[in-house]
Amino acid sequence: MEFFDPHIHIASRTTDDLATMAMMGCRVVGEPAFWMGYDRSGANSFYDYFRQLTEWEPKRCAPYGLRHYCWLGINAKEAENVAFAREVIALLPEFLSRPNVLGIGEIGLHKCTRNEVATLQALIDLAMQHQQQMLFHTPHLEDKYKGTRMILDLLRADRRVSPARVCIDHCEEHTIRLALDEGYWAGITLYPTTKATPQRAVDMVEMYGPERILVNSSADWGPSDPTAVAKFMLAMRQRKHSDALIRRIVYDNPRQFCGQSANYREP
Amino acid sequence: MAASSAPDVLQREFLTIRSHLIDLAALLDRVDRGDGPWRDDPRAVQVIQSLQALTAAEPGRAEKLLQIFSLSYDAAWRTTFNL
Repeated sequence: MEFFDPHIHIASRTTDDLATMAMMGCRVVGEPAFWMGYDRSGANSFYDYFRQLTEWEPKRCAPYGLRHYCWLGINAKEAENVAFAREVIALLPEFLSRPNVLGIGEIGLHKCTRNEVATLQALIDLAMQHQQQMLFHTPHLEDKYKGTRMILDLLRADRRVSPARVCIDHCEEHTIRLALDEGYWAGITLYPTTKATPQRAVDMVEMYGPERILVNSSADWGPSDPTAVAKFMLAMRQRKHSDALIRRIVYDNPRQFCGQSANYREP
Repeated sequence: MAASSAPDVLQREFLTIRSHLIDLAALLDRVDRGDGPWRDDPRAVQVIQSLQALTAAEPGRAEKLLQIFSLSYDAAWRTTFNL
């Protein structure tokens, strides 16, 4: 069965991973801009990274039949320095019309500070000025609940935001209802020790249904699994869910969500 | 959207539940074998609260445990930040 991993950091993965994903049925990937494991030394480093996501990674994916899309922004971990973040945000408009750019992401909160909020408001404003979709990172571990509530407060206060064009990612059992109840898409990230497992993701589908649910690997440079979406599909099948339901979650839903972007083309 | 009956789910998941509980018991034994006290550590308090929550007779345990491990949300955060 074909699938679409809507959140994976391809720049951190090898071509062996790309081949494995393709053999398992992956056809499309979405790569949000994120923290590279160390703080960048200047805004030019982000400029090069945005070129990598819009020029080089699509070329690396193409031989494996993987269509590559990306989201651009400054991540929450580097958002604390507001002046630096504004330099990076100023770079974004020139990239937004590139053919594989879906919108602004992954943006959000990390430690939920005042400065992170200031940067996030600037990013939301940029997205709204350019009619962009948005992909939100929600914080890790003990900060997730608080940070998710704060992100939803910010979005609710901006009348320009259409919830149907926003994904609240890395949802778990204590945050998924918050996102879905307000009309947002809810991303479930499958990680070995944090976030959700394939089995818990199936539980959440059984509890809340398939509408506006996205399942992703968020595979990056840390402990993570680029085959996680395929493992979710297997877990669904082992619980005797239909192929139609599985396909809806792993292929139709991400196409529907990303299809709202002006740059999205069907594979 | 329940795909199976509860007895069927228990049949399917029993060995996994057993395995995870024994893993958890072994993890706590490992901590106990270490030198020094640990039960007053705030993380230990969260662990003990979580073990108690597991024995509740209603669903929502995963959500409850995640709440135990979460910081609280202050609805007036914007006032705190002077926004």
